[in-house]
Amino acid sequence: MQATERAALAPPAGARAEAPSEVTCTHCGLPVPSGLVEPGAPHQFCCTGCQAAYEILHEHGLDQYYRLGAPRGASVSPTGRAYEEFDHEAFQKLYIRPLPGGRAQVDLYLEGVHCASCVWLVERVPLLLPGVARAELEIRRSLARVEWDPATVPLSRVARMLDSLGYPPHPFRGVQREAIRRREDRAMLVRIGVAGAIAGNIMLAAFALYAGWGGRMEHQWQLFFRWLSLLLVTPALFWPGRIFFSGAWSALRTRTLHMDVPVALGLAVGYTQGAINTIRDSGPIYFDGLALLIFLLLVGRYLQQRGQRAAADGAELLYSLTPSSARVIEPGGATRMVPAEALLPDMEFEVRPGETLAADGVITAGRSQLDTALLTGESRPVSAGVGAGVFAGTVNLSSPILVRVERAGESSRVARLLQQVEESGRRRAPVVQTANRMAAWFVAVVLALAAITFVIWELRDPSRAVDNAIALLIVTCPCALALSTPLAVSVAIGRAARAGIFIKGGDALETLARPGRLLLDKTGTVTAGQTALVHWEGPDWVKPLVLALEAESTHPIAAGFRTAWPGVAAPPAGRTVHALGGGISGWVQGRSVVVGAPAFVRARADGESPAVTLPSDLTPVLVAVDGTIVAAAGLGDPVRPDAARSIAALRSRGWDVALLSGDAPMVVASVGRALGLADEACTGGAAPEDKLRVVEAARRDTRRAVVMVGDGVNDAGAIAAASVGVGVHGGAEACLATADVYLTRPGLAPLVELVRGAERTMRVIRRNLAFSLLYNIVGAGLAMAGVLDPLIAALMMPASSLTVVMSSWRARTFEGGGA
Amino acid sequence: MSVIYIVVPLALLVVGAAVAAFVWATNRGQFDDLDTPAVRMLHDDEQRRPPTGP
Repeated sequence: MQATERAALAPPAGARAEAPSEVTCTHCGLPVPSGLVEPGAPHQFCCTGCQAAYEILHEHGLDQYYRLGAPRGASVSPTGRAYEEFDHEAFQKLYIRPLPGGRAQVDLYLEGVHCASCVWLVERVPLLLPGVARAELEIRRSLARVEWDPATVPLSRVARMLDSLGYPPHPFRGVQREAIRRREDRAMLVRIGVAGAIAGNIMLAAFALYAGWGGRMEHQWQLFFRWLSLLLVTPALFWPGRIFFSGAWSALRTRTLHMDVPVALGLAVGYTQGAINTIRDSGPIYFDGLALLIFLLLVGRYLQQRGQRAAADGAELLYSLTPSSARVIEPGGATRMVPAEALLPDMEFEVRPGETLAADGVITAGRSQLDTALLTGESRPVSAGVGAGVFAGTVNLSSPILVRVERAGESSRVARLLQQVEESGRRRAPVVQTANRMAAWFVAVVLALAAITFVIWELRDPSRAVDNAIALLIVTCPCALALSTPLAVSVAIGRAARAGIFIKGGDALETLARPGRLLLDKTGTVTAGQTALVHWEGPDWVKPLVLALEAESTHPIAAGFRTAWPGVAAPPAGRTVHALGGGISGWVQGRSVVVGAPAFVRARADGESPAVTLPSDLTPVLVAVDGTIVAAAGLGDPVRPDAARSIAALRSRGWDVALLSGDAPMVVASVGRALGLADEACTGGAAPEDKLRVVEAARRDTRRAVVMVGDGVNDAGAIAAASVGVGVHGGAEACLATADVYLTRPGLAPLVELVRGAERTMRVIRRNLAFSLLYNIVGAGLAMAGVLDPLIAALMMPASSLTVVMSSWRARTFEGGGA
Repeated sequence: MSVIYIVVPLALLVVGAAVAAFVWATNRGQFDDLDTPAVRMLHDDEQRRPPTGP
């Protein structure tokens, strides 16, 4: 009954939207809560972060930002950290590269970068500081490269500046691999450029030759253009085309047939025969076709490589996000910020409210509420006191604590989790792409056909046997076949990105096209992941009094009240007392107000609380004014409005949907019932390691795809181990980094779209394969019949590739479902 | 028609120069980041300092 009652009690999604006014924030463009609207003021702000950012820009005459026409769309929430550790020696040694002339360079990973205006801000604002020479942002990976003069300005100033604009910086920890990767990318581009230039020029020569076909051209010119073609194609084959030969060679050595093998075969045979014919001065040359083939295949390979790059980049960004510093207590009692790398066991560090722990350890002083959602997925804060074990990556919510380090750096629990993520990412067997699966058959059939052609013609007309067999080998060179998958996939990925779905590799699409098991995290995935006021029973005049007490609290319950009533103005409160694990009491407008857990409030007030049975997954809160209980509230993490519909849609497509959460089993089961899932399909109380085990077990006992959808670092291991990992909107960036797919729109509806798009993409791939095979069959037939004209061969090869390009381009795989 | 013997090698020289320019640009990192410059050109550069490259 609880589930249904809860659904009835829950305020409709629109209830919260009615409160904000029509006024929008000057800085970010979001609606300003009506409580914050200042009548008559030319500029309105939704929060102090936005106001501060606006003031920085206005003061330096950078109002032009607001004319760029793309409002930020997210409020600025600076962390307010000092970034002292950015000036520490250990940090300098790890991340900073000295440049000639006394300057230094660093790569910073910025959170919150998402649009064109961000580029403008990040590249301009740091230059306002004297001593900063250059700031450049790479928007795709949110990497900012900053060059500055350490003698004039410390890096921490630059970091604070970026932070105050809403881009908290982190050191980028993948610098070494970056250089290798960049070299590979450049080499590939050079290959494409060279192959393209050669292909274009051979085409010109070929055009002259075809125009003079049938003896309309003087022999000396024909000879000249044939030799010219040979001269041009040779570098194309031995420079850009070399990768197909080396690919085929390594495939043969490892006995795994790969699309490179038939390609290399076609190239080698075509080139040899063409060269012989040029020297003999008779018979067809195939150089124009070969050069075009090399160019198109390289383009296909480049598209594929870029997709895989995106996946690898993710792991590095993930590493950049673990907390990079800690406030260490020195023997004298003074505190000092040091990089997380410099923490050693038995050191003591202080963690202030709002900060993230940088190492595992034991609390030695203080008592506080901790948000462990990152590790355990538990949405409610956990209270911890002296002697309690705490872990890196958890966030301190309410009051300062001292922690003695037990395990730091690589041995901390979160670091080990991240290592598992990387390992399972490496272990994941690459999905053999359909085209490559066909390669073995393809080679066998083509070779058999060539042999048959040779034998038949040997019996009928021995002088044409070799020519015809070779013509067959060349015309069946699987250019379109090799292009069909990467083209369809990269077009689909592009369209998906426009619909707010970021896919890091084509493998994910192939896997998602066939239904399998779908494991959903609860907190933040099926639910919004934030404590919200779900149930309120009490008169309206109590609301300002509650807000007055909760205004300054960092507790999630307080945040829940604040977001629920943005339009209610809070009067000032006095003599407030925060009792940990209990509640807040204080005086507002001359009345004594108590807000908190039922036991805490009942101990300080009389009267019956309004008789409500709250669902078990809500946190109950009572409000007493002047010693009498006047209101009751239930706060919890409501299920996203589109979750039930989306899950039903997925199940109707054949997916086996289950919940896998770190939250209490009872809570998970009740959410599961609300979504129409059987109790067996709901697993609660799963630590990150358990999630990983569940996913691995699922992969062992089913041959179908296992898809994990989640939002936190606690899901990252499971996401990496799954056949396809999906990160949802608003998730920890760490989890998004390991995910194969990232949904930028909130809710689960994009998940349905993703599955549908993957099915459509596979249909396009199959259509492409069918087209290219059809061309090959026709070509092979003509060659076997001995009627394959070189002109027809030259037309057929590009025509087949062009068909595949058009078919991929026109396909409606992902249609925009709003921004 | 014998002008072809001169024109074609000349054309090849031009192509060679273009390829060399492309290789140079690639190795200078002109194509490393293909997304940001497209966005950057939308901004007026009145505030930009004169280039002080290394």
